[in-house]
Amino acid sequence: MKLRLLKDFLFNKISSLLLLCSFLAISLIFIILIYKSIPLLEYQNIGSILSQSVWSPLKGNFGFLPFIMGTAWVTIISLCFAVPLCLLTSIYLVEYAPDKLRKIVLPLINTLAALPSVLYGVWGVLFIVPLMGEYIAPLFGIVSSGYSVLSGGIVLAVMIFPIMISIIVEVLHTIPKELKSASLSLGATKWETIVKVNIKKAKPGIIAAIVLAISRALGETIAVLMVCGNIPKVPQSIFDAGYPIPALIANNFGEMMSIPLYDSALMFAALLLLIIILAFNLIARVVLNKLEKNHND
Amino acid sequence: MYSYPNIEKQQTENITSPLSTPHLQIKNLNVYIDEKHILKNINLEIPNNSITSIIGPSGCGKTTLLKTLNRLLDDSKNIQITGSVLVNGEDIYAKNAEVTHIRKKMGLLSQRPFPLPMSIFDNIAYGPRIHGEHNKKILNQIVENQLKNVGLWEEVKDRLHHYASQLSIGQQQRLCLARGLAVNPEIILGDESTSALDPISTQTIENLLVDLKKDYTIILVTHILRQARRVSDYIAFIYNGEILEFGKTEEVLLHPRNEITQQYVKGFIS
Repeated sequence: MKLRLLKDFLFNKISSLLLLCSFLAISLIFIILIYKSIPLLEYQNIGSILSQSVWSPLKGNFGFLPFIMGTAWVTIISLCFAVPLCLLTSIYLVEYAPDKLRKIVLPLINTLAALPSVLYGVWGVLFIVPLMGEYIAPLFGIVSSGYSVLSGGIVLAVMIFPIMISIIVEVLHTIPKELKSASLSLGATKWETIVKVNIKKAKPGIIAAIVLAISRALGETIAVLMVCGNIPKVPQSIFDAGYPIPALIANNFGEMMSIPLYDSALMFAALLLLIIILAFNLIARVVLNKLEKNHND
Repeated sequence: MYSYPNIEKQQTENITSPLSTPHLQIKNLNVYIDEKHILKNINLEIPNNSITSIIGPSGCGKTTLLKTLNRLLDDSKNIQITGSVLVNGEDIYAKNAEVTHIRKKMGLLSQRPFPLPMSIFDNIAYGPRIHGEHNKKILNQIVENQLKNVGLWEEVKDRLHHYASQLSIGQQQRLCLARGLAVNPEIILGDESTSALDPISTQTIENLLVDLKKDYTIILVTHILRQARRVSDYIAFIYNGEILEFGKTEEVLLHPRNEITQQYVKGFIS
């Protein structure tokens, strides 16, 4: 009898200890990154680090603006492609597609999520980059190598399709049939019902899907690095090359000890990425809580 | 197009003189779901401006019958429907029948209230807006009229722009009724509309329906015999997808002709 109680007690303690471990891991990453960034922060003040656009480590110039803007451009472009496409795909799959098609397509989309990102990168280099450089950019009278934030955005959009579609499909499935019936029985068409009722009801879930997708997009490294061009300049148009933060770290960490302060600058880049993603998730959580409260009260 | 409520109500009143043909006639209706014969050769004429209850054991096809009346089964899979449902003499299963037009004529009150994810005002204005009414004054008037119609106006007039989900469940069901009435239906379909409500809200809805029958033809699906007795003028008893008995409430409940109906009203089968 006592042994059973002891087991129960131990299990409780051990599991809370494990929880503490995972929390510690994140805290440690944070602390170490801050510690490693201190030399750079002592050398240059944070305002100028974030706002300057000159990046020449050899001369001691560490302006992060090109990387912040590179990340922003690629992420926003990917969302511009992914959000409407995923939303419409999910609506089609849930509301219109025949059962058979849905049963084939959904597992296929989930398989896309399992592909290693380097494959997407290769596809981007072999297909998207030439397409942009040779066909799309000339349409606008622009000369571009094709290695651009647009290419990065498109490759990234395809990479976040699976996660977005599978979450939005789940969310749309949870909408009660009777709610749709209520709208239909007032004489609304199916499309009116979808736009005015289904999407409205699913809004918190759709936003959650977008947030998860953005978190993935912000951190995606290899595929984006392969197609973005990696020039540390603030992009002026979608056909310009960009240099997102994760690509900066991945491309340069091998030589980071060779130049003074370079290691500290790269650690600061990592810290910046971590803070952007944390802040973004935090804001999204607050917005979602507010939305859900409105819906459920 | 949508027109101002009172005008259409007057038209409705003219149509529904006692001698006029029934709003709703069901002829040789058969419904198969997954090749199972759910409704068998249903023939019914629903009397105008009265409440007709459809009673019967669970799983006998009551709700399916109700859903065939406003073509809500259209979207379900593996469904086959034969026969006809005439609304004002027009077959809603005819090839050229337009489904949104048909549904607009029938307000549906489901088992549980399902307020649309928007404000109280927008819930009621939803139907009229869809049918093309965007004049703010008229919409305000419709919302006020319909909320008064279901006795909700005094309770919510100060919070019309709050989320409808903030109302109590009884209030929500009245809101759903008002929402249905806002598109000027001729027929109200209730699918066990009080089964999720507390006794007081149930009574409120029942009284409302009794009040509303002067303007509308009402069909209620219920499995509560006492409710059928309280509110309905006519009763149709369905068993295994067949209508075994149809008649005035007292006749069906007190002097049922069919043996199975007898057993049902006495409580031997449920």
